Amino acid sequence: MSEADTDRIEKKIVLRAPRSRVWRALTNAGEFGAWFRVKLEGEFKEGAAIHGKITHPGYEHLTMELQVERIEAEDYFAYRWHPYAVDPTFDYSVEPTTLVEFRLEETDDGTLLTIVESGFDQIPVERRAQAFRMDDQGWAEQTRNIERHVSQP
Amino acid sequence: MSRSRSAVEARWTNAAPVFAALGDTTRLRVVARLCFDGPQSITRLSEGARVTRQAITKHLHALADAGLVRDRRHGRERIWELEPGALAIPRRCLDQISEQWDAVIGRLKAFVEE
Repeated sequence: MSEADTDRIEKKIVLRAPRSRVWRALTNAGEFGAWFRVKLEGEFKEGAAIHGKITHPGYEHLTMELQVERIEAEDYFAYRWHPYAVDPTFDYSVEPTTLVEFRLEETDDGTLLTIVESGFDQIPVERRAQAFRMDDQGWAEQTRNIERHVSQP
Repeated sequence: MSRSRSAVEARWTNAAPVFAALGDTTRLRVVARLCFDGPQSITRLSEGARVTRQAITKHLHALADAGLVRDRRHGRERIWELEPGALAIPRRCLDQISEQWDAVIGRLKAFVEE
């Protein structure tokens, strides 16, 4: 493990759907909310904040807020947010954010989606450790989600 | 790619004492201070803390039981420091977020491919 590994997460996946379809799922706030499990109020606009209630079972008491950085049609979409924002009574606004970037590329069998979340090294250790304060039910649910995902062909 | 459910569960079960030890604001602060300011005595750790020196001592022992910190004698004082393995905390947090992304991507895949 190198030092740099702690700052970013990168995911690549080929989606068997046209680029325009994937783009809409990412940048239409209603569609984004359907798979991300959040009920966003309004639309994504460059430089604007958007927020909404989490709809993921067990996390409905939480609100998510995104600050949209850039929208480049069918190519690139990026926003900033507060990771580990799990305490509804805490004001996270003064803390550093991470940057989430989505990049789309056309492939023979669909669309290659690259997701990068970076900036974790700026997040206070206390906040990082707080990610562990989820209850047992949360962990069990998360484990089931992971299992469902990895067992797909 | 396939990973058995039991392997995933075993990893989190083994980590349970670590989660429990970190599930307290004072202990998190102690870990953060040892992380940023390096090894130090209980006297220094208690400076500026809103709890007593006795409470800090108790928390340090709880953290030690979870394998997160250790102490060594230095003259007449005990110096507390992070266990080298405890530095894996940021990596583990990232692993957790990474797994959440996997779940989210799984839902996106189902959503656009249907």
